[in-house]
Amino acid sequence: MTEKNIPLWEVFIRSRTGLSHRHVGSVHAADAEMALQNARDVYTRRGEGLSLWVVPSSAITASDPSDKDTLFEPTATKIYRHPTFYEVPDEVGHM
Amino acid sequence: MYTQSLNTREAYAAGDPEREARFQARVDAEEKIEPNDWMPEGYRKTLVRQIAQHAHSEIIGMLPEGNWITRAPSLKRKAALLAKVQDEGGHGAYLYAAAETLGVSREEVMEQLLSGKQKYSSIFNYPTLSWADIGIIGWLVDGAAIMNQIPLCRCSYGPYARAMIRICKEESFHQRQGYEIMVTLCRDGNAEQKAMAQDALNRWWWPVLMMFGPPDSTSQHTDQSMRWKIKRFTNDELRQKFVDATIPQGHYLGLTFPDPDLKFNETTKHWEFGEIDWAEFKRVIAGDGPCNRQRIRQRTKADQDGAWVREAALAYAEKRKARREAMTLQAAE
Repeated sequence: MTEKNIPLWEVFIRSRTGLSHRHVGSVHAADAEMALQNARDVYTRRGEGLSLWVVPSSAITASDPSDKDTLFEPTATKIYRHPTFYEVPDEVGHM
Repeated sequence: MYTQSLNTREAYAAGDPEREARFQARVDAEEKIEPNDWMPEGYRKTLVRQIAQHAHSEIIGMLPEGNWITRAPSLKRKAALLAKVQDEGGHGAYLYAAAETLGVSREEVMEQLLSGKQKYSSIFNYPTLSWADIGIIGWLVDGAAIMNQIPLCRCSYGPYARAMIRICKEESFHQRQGYEIMVTLCRDGNAEQKAMAQDALNRWWWPVLMMFGPPDSTSQHTDQSMRWKIKRFTNDELRQKFVDATIPQGHYLGLTFPDPDLKFNETTKHWEFGEIDWAEFKRVIAGDGPCNRQRIRQRTKADQDGAWVREAALAYAEKRKARREAMTLQAAE
């Protein structure tokens, strides 16, 4: 195939529940406007959302899965970051 | 981001027993494997083959149904069929995107479909001769597809599993619209329309049973795919589930299944069915079904006819980008 590949875009939808935009998949399109149109056709045929974002896939910088332990493991050992680490006398009630 | 995976294909090269063991442990623990995670080359290849084949089936499946859009018997049926065929295109798009996360481009897999290197479901090589065939496709073909696809929602590969969740939600509409067509023909139809429904069942029943693939005794990929949790049930298990679910639905319609050996086993509570003609299955997969050549010809034509649109879209995007850049430059001066 000699044809030029059409760029890839990642699609994010804000659902009707008012949550933040969430990644739902990707589409191919020549530019942002067409990417929005394609995303609308492919990912919102049944009232899935109220707002769409498309982002060029090449613009995303991802963490390397092999760094997973160095990046995320230390948080598990810092239990003092969680409210349950601290004791509050029962008489004080809910805090 | 998915197509530019951090790991190059060479990084997956086989023969790393330690990493393979760690990978298998993750799969066994029901952890999802994501695009940039290390995976054995065999796992990647199996997934590319299966997902691409699945995507091709979705878009080739648009052809036999598209055949009836202009001849649908009412506006309601036409609107539903249009929506369904559009869904199939969407399913193809989700699946091609899932395949791309494994480092193959959509253009590459499309090329392999057209050159015959990759297959699609054997069922779409059968013709849709009457309106009842559209009912049968929804009821049985999509019904069989759902049976196959529900376990795939729990597949170990994250992007594939997520695509399947979306697809399964939509397939349910497909199956119900198909069964409604059958109910209308069989309950409200005249003798000729009832005969048309029966004729469609006679032609499609056996090819539908073949959709689950070769029997477990001869299936090449089942064991490894089960270990990798790409597959959760064997071909024969899924086929039996489908038969058990479908026979009562057919009897409700007053139709007769074209299988003299079909009988309910009171002890096992399963429907037993006759021998499937695997020679026919092999023939159709190998390219010699009733419509194989036509399907690929149509798909090739659609691809060629659409080439100028893709080119024009890219040229237009370039032009607008250049114009925007010129304007920014001007504004800066």
